Amino acid sequence: MTDIGSHSETAQPRRAIAAVSVWHLRLRRFRRHRGGMASLFVLLLVVLFCLAAYPLESYLGIDSNATDLLSRYDGPSALHWLGTDEGGRDELLRLMYGGQISLLIGLLATVFGGMIGVSLGLVAGYFGGRLDSLLMRLVDGVIALPLLPLLIVLAAVDLTKLGFSSEFAHSGAAGFWRVVVIIAVFDWTAVARLVRAATLSVKERDYVLAARASGAGAFYLMGVHILPNIVTPIIVAFTLTVGRVILFESVLSFLGFGIVPPTPSWGNMLSNAQELVFTAPALAIYPGLLIFITVIATNLLGDGMQHAFDPRSET
Amino acid sequence: MGAFVARRMFETLIVLFVMSFVVYGLIGLMPGDPIDIMAASTPGVTPEVVAKLKAIYGLDQPLLLRYGRWLIAALQGDFGFSRTHSQPVVEVLAPALWQTCKLMLISFALSVVASLVLGVASALKPAGWVDALVSLFAFAGISVPVFWLALVLILTFAVGLHWLPASGMSNVGDGGLMDQIRHLALPVLTLTLASAGQFTRYVRSAMIETLRMDFVRTARAKGAGALRVIVTHALRNALIPVVTVMALSFGTLFSGALVTETMFAQQGMGKMIYDSILSNDYNLALTGLLFATLITLLANLGADLAYGWLDPRISLK
Repeated sequence: MTDIGSHSETAQPRRAIAAVSVWHLRLRRFRRHRGGMASLFVLLLVVLFCLAAYPLESYLGIDSNATDLLSRYDGPSALHWLGTDEGGRDELLRLMYGGQISLLIGLLATVFGGMIGVSLGLVAGYFGGRLDSLLMRLVDGVIALPLLPLLIVLAAVDLTKLGFSSEFAHSGAAGFWRVVVIIAVFDWTAVARLVRAATLSVKERDYVLAARASGAGAFYLMGVHILPNIVTPIIVAFTLTVGRVILFESVLSFLGFGIVPPTPSWGNMLSNAQELVFTAPALAIYPGLLIFITVIATNLLGDGMQHAFDPRSET
Repeated sequence: MGAFVARRMFETLIVLFVMSFVVYGLIGLMPGDPIDIMAASTPGVTPEVVAKLKAIYGLDQPLLLRYGRWLIAALQGDFGFSRTHSQPVVEVLAPALWQTCKLMLISFALSVVASLVLGVASALKPAGWVDALVSLFAFAGISVPVFWLALVLILTFAVGLHWLPASGMSNVGDGGLMDQIRHLALPVLTLTLASAGQFTRYVRSAMIETLRMDFVRTARAKGAGALRVIVTHALRNALIPVVTVMALSFGTLFSGALVTETMFAQQGMGKMIYDSILSNDYNLALTGLLFATLITLLANLGADLAYGWLDPRISLK
């Protein structure tokens, strides 16, 4: 997989043979993918935008959660750069804090769902047989479900009936983790399928067989020999999942079953959108536009990485 | 073939059965129960009365027993009474189901047509400018939050241009066909744009792959016209995987319908499920969810059958 890169390293005659790692090559290929590079840049800007909440809040000297019913729907001003929302709160700061929540949920739910998907995919692909067909039936079943209504039912579940204390059930943290968990519980099927297929193609390779012959156990083989060799499609799938999760979070919060105000998220900032359309159209645009830009950038980033990681996809 | 259909029907029933139990259990975990809600809105009710009411409606029984009773009634077509509509659930559900079918089927048909045209156009010259534009459109379609797309369309066509109504299903006192179509236009447009992106990507990649096949080159070499090669030779073969993934996306389409109906105040299944969960109308929520699952399962079954019918190389067993 390494390139004996004498042609690219001619500037250093002393190292006549310089090994170029496979990741170096992938990075090089990714850099040539304009869409991928542009979206990486956009995503960095989005992250910086969200993190700018802290310095901006202290610079302007306002509290992002302070409501002021006398100045609802104010236009942009020196103090409120994008104006104020229905509670008289600063729209720009809420967009920044809301973005932190939305991005964090996107990452966390992807990691948790991804762990479910990777483990089930590895197990199904490696052991095969009955277990495999059972797990794949489960995947088919989950894919066939109308997700959104089910997510709503799960989000409506009363945590106190599950034995949690009433104090915890109504806290902001419970609302946050609930969204992460219910999305992760459903959004692992794509990763599971992909990991299973990749495992099937790798598990009969010679180095895996050699390791098995020298006595390596099943889970050692999966973790040490199979997983590292199928990591690239997993990275791509994770990237695409982040975008999908952000969309799920936003629609759940928009419908009132996700992040609960006063904590802002890009979705719940639009929850009274039908009213906004007539009173303050700009406020109906900003949060959705940020979701749109972020998700399209993650999708294009995933596309770019796929091109970089898979030399055959050169079309 | 017959055995295959029978087995798949059986599997569909199993999934539906499992779902009914899971959803029944989940609904029981939603805040309050019907009697608590009744008690909360009736001041001065004593705990003894509440306990007695619960005993009358069997709510003090264990979950499995209640589920068993519900299942027996449901199998006889009795899905209970909707608390908020004060009507049997079936009577609330039927018109909503019809409304959703209209929305979903029209949008599905339109996005299939759009994706076929766009997907084929971009596959003919990968990396050309048409392909770049179409890919951008496809990525936008996948990435846009459906509720926000609806908002933007309302802002543009209803608030800005005053062309179409922003919500509702018909104007009071009108309700003619033209009026209904005008009210359906924006919801259909929203759902079509939201699903066409994904479909276009399927068509594009399947078409690119098929156009590289030997039989396409042979057809060209034998002098078949460009249109004939593209439509009769390539597209027919490219459609096989595409049909499956399209039918599999019915669940996603239903999620989109829920959002669209809520945004445009259309009294369909999606909005009905959403409202029933908001207002703790358990029977309605449960039955609505099961019917939504049934629709997507039937679409999947249809996909499997279409797969075998389109591709004679596959024998269904």
